[in-house]
Amino acid sequence: MKESIVIPIGPQHPCFKEPMRLDISVDGERVVDADIIISFNHRGVEKATEARTYIQNLYLMERVCGICSHSHATCYCQGVEEILGLEIPERARYIRSFIGELERIQSHLFWIGIAGHEIGWDTLLMYTWKDRERVNDMLEQISGNRIHYAMNTIGGVRRDIREEDRESLKRGLEFLEERAAYYVHVITEEETFLKRTRGIANLPTELAKQLCAVGPTLRGSNVKMDVRADDPYAAYEDLDFSVVTTDTCDVWGRGFVKASEILQSIRMCNQVLEELPGGDIRVKAPAKVPAGEAVSRYEAPRGELIHYIKSNGSNMPERIKIRAPTLANWLVMSEMLKGVYLADVAIVTDAIDPCLCCSARVTITDRSRGERRVTTLDALRRRRDGRTGVA
Amino acid sequence: MSLLQWARIKSPWICHFNTGGCNACDIELVAALTPRFDVERFGILLKGSPRHADILVVTGPVTLQTEARLRRVYDQMAEPRFVMVVGVCGCSGSVYHGCYSVKGGIDRVIPVDVYVGGCPPRPSEIIDGVVQILNKIARGDQAADSTAA
Repeated sequence: MKESIVIPIGPQHPCFKEPMRLDISVDGERVVDADIIISFNHRGVEKATEARTYIQNLYLMERVCGICSHSHATCYCQGVEEILGLEIPERARYIRSFIGELERIQSHLFWIGIAGHEIGWDTLLMYTWKDRERVNDMLEQISGNRIHYAMNTIGGVRRDIREEDRESLKRGLEFLEERAAYYVHVITEEETFLKRTRGIANLPTELAKQLCAVGPTLRGSNVKMDVRADDPYAAYEDLDFSVVTTDTCDVWGRGFVKASEILQSIRMCNQVLEELPGGDIRVKAPAKVPAGEAVSRYEAPRGELIHYIKSNGSNMPERIKIRAPTLANWLVMSEMLKGVYLADVAIVTDAIDPCLCCSARVTITDRSRGERRVTTLDALRRRRDGRTGVA
Repeated sequence: MSLLQWARIKSPWICHFNTGGCNACDIELVAALTPRFDVERFGILLKGSPRHADILVVTGPVTLQTEARLRRVYDQMAEPRFVMVVGVCGCSGSVYHGCYSVKGGIDRVIPVDVYVGGCPPRPSEIIDGVVQILNKIARGDQAADSTAA
């Protein structure tokens, strides 16, 4: 076999907004193997949660990721509420869904723009980001913030959707619906997009299931799986929407799913505005959480997000484990990169909508032996216990 | 004003490096580059290579993994080079202060010219930060790194 050349991409590279490194092995123009190194962003958020109270953790949870901050905060709150056995008011459930869907719209518009950028079509980037500002305006109108909305608290939400905002929110949704329909048209008709995305980075349905892909990546491979439909949380049980899938199993399919999901999200937002029940937006939650554990699931814009929370009866959690959607998608990404042209690496990488800040993990590099391995928490714990002499 | 100074004010190219932030500042930075805020009217362009850039825009706290890389990216820039920190994490470490793999603010690794606070700062605040650097160039001030040396 011919020896392949390794091309390192990153950690600082124009095609990544965040630090990550890809070691691409190429044979001519074709990628034969890809090694993904994602630990640059590792900050130690899970450990930091153990030194903060449940309320303080809300602030930290939002800052796990700037694009899906509402997802992390909601997922965390749901878990804590489950341990507390707290039933949150109907109105709070609807508002959580509303903000969640607005967040999905902005995240998907964000992706369409970045995808355009990755294939050298900056016009699309400028178009979508201009429309995205409208979503940010709406979020700001409700929460007072463009990015970290700080809407959630344990036991409900912190801010209400005011009656006087309803009209302008509706107008905003109308505008977005028109634009989203246009983007679905662009993605399905525009040659520039089709030429660079059709039939690239195939992920057959079986492989997607085997490697546990999540979110639009999985639905783009024709698997109908969405936490909002399968295991409804917040108000999704009462909302009417359909799970979008395609059977093309390529980069185009993932883009089409995202664009179509914007339309579904707008549909849900309109329903929330129509059917928003009255009443309180929060119930009082105790500061101390009884011993117990909970697993909370949430359909973030990038896929299924899981938070595991373990409490010990104090006002601080004993352990919080975050499984971000991007982490589940790395495996399929390294599979999808095999066989594509080097020029397509950027768009294929972007197709899973990677979010590094959520998914950074610890990697240990042994310089003398040139080895690299990802460590597990248990191994770290064993080392710690070994050092301090705790059995 | 010298010709060089004039040219620098008209085309301050920026290079962006996320040293471990949560992405919020990065999307606000991209929002500043796109139509509503449009910093291109000041001649600002986002460049991929630090060698082409006059201003390094850094977001996020410095993690242990990115520390050496940040230093290397900075060293590759041609002088005069300016550093703008976007977001309170880059200023002080903020919510990640004390995390085991976070070193702290950007100024623990490289000299910084302008700090833009906020979590995340609005695009208009980012533009204000850029304009401060432009004023600095117009006044003929030294970049932070030459005074530090």
